[in-house]
Amino acid sequence: MTVLQIIFLGISVIIVIGALMTVSSPNLVHAALWLILALAGVAAIFVLLEASFLAVVQVAVYIDAISILIVIAVMLTRRAMGETERQINRSWLLAAFAAFMVFSGILSLFSQVPQLANTPSDLVESSEFYIQELGKALVNVDQSIIPFEVASVLLLAAMIGAIFIARPPERAGGDS
Amino acid sequence: MIPLSWYLILAASIFCIGLYGVLARRNAIAILMGIELMLNAVNINLVAFWRYLTPSIINGQVFAIIVFAVAASEVAVGLALIISIYRRKTTVAVEEINLMKW
Repeated sequence: MTVLQIIFLGISVIIVIGALMTVSSPNLVHAALWLILALAGVAAIFVLLEASFLAVVQVAVYIDAISILIVIAVMLTRRAMGETERQINRSWLLAAFAAFMVFSGILSLFSQVPQLANTPSDLVESSEFYIQELGKALVNVDQSIIPFEVASVLLLAAMIGAIFIARPPERAGGDS
Repeated sequence: MIPLSWYLILAASIFCIGLYGVLARRNAIAILMGIELMLNAVNINLVAFWRYLTPSIINGQVFAIIVFAVAASEVAVGLALIISIYRRKTTVAVEEINLMKW
């Protein structure tokens, strides 16, 4: 066992514990905090994979924006479902069984991937080079400018849609 | 060094925990949290395959960035829908939201 493997195993244990507590915690604010822990672990995994830009984006998008949205939504709707109420539905055993079957199915598929025991070749260039390449690829006409622009339009549409949907219903005669 | 299969097993377990959350939780916001976990598992897979199989082609990271954008817009619209439903029905339990049931 090398040091990297020990670090990887530690991060994995943190992520899996965070994910398990996220789906099982009856208090939704606690569940959101456990989710943040799991997302931070995923950012550390990105660092291990030498995708430094993605690790930063993971922190900025998931740990900042998305978890703040989730926490605020939990607080806004807290009166609807108290902690005392049942948090899992009647068929949760079936759900656990389905999730386990999917997991074992994915594991059995792994025997068909020939590169599983691969260890990574060292990156040829420095990590700054890859960030530059990523930035160029995002705006290069020959590479991925169209998916990039489509994602931008999708974000804009989602933002307008979210504002429109979440707007309070107008009171009769009121001009709010 | 870490073999590729470790990353894949980690991603598979996060995905299945998220799947259990989506299927078993009653609260709509908790279901969205499960979806976030599943999207993260997919991202780990994308970046791991990029790093191990084609590190010279940067498109693996571009895929992951687009998954980020889709996840952000999905969670924004989803939470807006949940808040809108909460205003009308005062509930966030998915089995009580039957506005569109035939």
